[in-house]
Amino acid sequence: MATPLESPITFTNVGKARWWQSGLFASQTGYVLLALVALFVVMNFTSPYFLTEGNIQNVAKNFSFIAIATLGVTFVIITGGIDLSVGSVMCFSAMITSMVMTQISTPGLPGAGWFVHLAGDGKTVIANVAGLILLVSILAGLGVALIVGLVNGFCIAVLGLSPFVTTLGMLSIVRGLGYVVSNGRGSFPSGPEADYFYTLTSGVVFGLPAPFIYLVVLAVAMAVVLHHTSFGRHVFAVGGNEKAAALTGIAVVRVKIGIYVICALAAGLQGIIICGWLGSAPANMATSYELNVIAAAVIGGANLAGGAGGPLGAIVGCVLLEVIRNGLVLAQVNSYWQQTLVGVIIIAAVLVDRLRSRMA
Amino acid sequence: MVTPHDAGLAVLELKGIGKEFGAIRALHGVDLRVSPGEVVGLMGDNGAGKSTLVKIIAGNFPPSHGEIRFDGKVVHFARPIDARAIGIEVVYQDLALADNLTAAANVFLGRELKRKLGPFALLDHKAMAARALELFGELRSETRPHDLVKQMSGGQRQAVAIARTRLSNAKLVMMDEPTAAISVRQVEQVLSLIHRLKEQGVAVMLISHRMPDVFAVCDRVVVMRRGEKRADKAIGDTSPEEVTSLITGAKEAA
Repeated sequence: MATPLESPITFTNVGKARWWQSGLFASQTGYVLLALVALFVVMNFTSPYFLTEGNIQNVAKNFSFIAIATLGVTFVIITGGIDLSVGSVMCFSAMITSMVMTQISTPGLPGAGWFVHLAGDGKTVIANVAGLILLVSILAGLGVALIVGLVNGFCIAVLGLSPFVTTLGMLSIVRGLGYVVSNGRGSFPSGPEADYFYTLTSGVVFGLPAPFIYLVVLAVAMAVVLHHTSFGRHVFAVGGNEKAAALTGIAVVRVKIGIYVICALAAGLQGIIICGWLGSAPANMATSYELNVIAAAVIGGANLAGGAGGPLGAIVGCVLLEVIRNGLVLAQVNSYWQQTLVGVIIIAAVLVDRLRSRMA
Repeated sequence: MVTPHDAGLAVLELKGIGKEFGAIRALHGVDLRVSPGEVVGLMGDNGAGKSTLVKIIAGNFPPSHGEIRFDGKVVHFARPIDARAIGIEVVYQDLALADNLTAAANVFLGRELKRKLGPFALLDHKAMAARALELFGELRSETRPHDLVKQMSGGQRQAVAIARTRLSNAKLVMMDEPTAAISVRQVEQVLSLIHRLKEQGVAVMLISHRMPDVFAVCDRVVVMRRGEKRADKAIGDTSPEEVTSLITGAKEAA
């Protein structure tokens, strides 16, 4: 069918973009990364404590507090959506995990018999199967996140409600449910496997905080999914031109439900990790974290209009926010300035990108 | 070159197609034959029934009356995907491209090539870029597979949209106002793209308001007015003046 070419195709009229005009270098993520490096240098001269091992570990730990959830939200933002319910989901998943763990490791409570029994002395609680309690409680926490994600996705993709309104409602619903199940009291993971739980969530592996390792693994997985699978390609297509995506036969509804589920699961996992760190899941945990998470994603180059974003940007955004917070403390600036500065940076990052694309 | 019109095998054949939306009669008794390698211009004023006809052929909705034959077989489309599956592609006016993706990604959107890596199916970027470059070559378009669509000219965008139809080896390509919003030089490019499709035996239906374009590339022109086919003439047997008067209704039929 194809006619052979008389001559190979030439590009006399079409120039090739230079290396610095494409890819990372031309993206907002690139600029913000540059700004971050500059900030590190400045901080190093301003405070002798900044580049100490202890402080860097502290920074790594603190930004991991929101970074996994930011990865999830980045997926949603790439499709042109938004998820305001992440803070509530963090709290709810953490609560469910710690409540389930306590419930099934307390002999005498309904259901606990399957998981634990009392030792001969009548006091020590022993798990029937090692690891099972941990697994069941974490799955319970992720399970509720999954349900929230499915409901979000269903309302937005199938019923066609606006993502902002749907997830704003879900923010309130899930936070409310958290208060209902806990009666407003915080809970903390207990029982024979609580120690495993703390090790998994706040332990140190090869000198690195465990959550940081989870973050790196998830970020790499996200990069592969976004750039090397058809699901990822469809996520970008939906964000770039949803109508076009539908016309080419992409299952837009499935893609959208998928990303809200991913986002909720990431938030749930993040909540469970925070819970291990704090040693408890208070009912007001992660309140207004959704704003930090979205701010970090946007600073890192995720475009709220859809079509752009990635794991590197999400992490860079989180690190930048944390370094600024940390830096202000070290520089002994009144910590109330922090929020103001974060706001300025959000606008500046987007402004620089706008100026650049206007010049191009 | 394939002889148009009265050649024995039609790729598309419409018989008595009619469509009502409630009390509104959008189409009435339309008969049409399109042969392989033939370029048919579909003209008419706004509301003449062009888009309705295109949407019926593309499977967006079924006709109220009449039958569609494709490659000699009667076909019924429930969804646009059904029409695409048997070889009918539409290049939409707004081109249906995702600006933030590369040319190659757009060509393969929704039917990406993959290679197996253990349990995972990963995108085969190399194969897709190579095939896309081949398609752009066939279309004589200077388009790089790795360039982002948002940085492209109107002509290049058309090439990407048309390359997509070549990927599936479509037998009928319908183009909705492909020259409406682009510069003169790019119009030239698009018209030559249509010639390339014709050379490869693809039937093309060109829906356009632009008389010069229709007369430049089409073998035949079909004029619609008030939901009916008013004329169906070989380009050589008609003139822009006659077509204009058919469109406006100054001349009832020809």
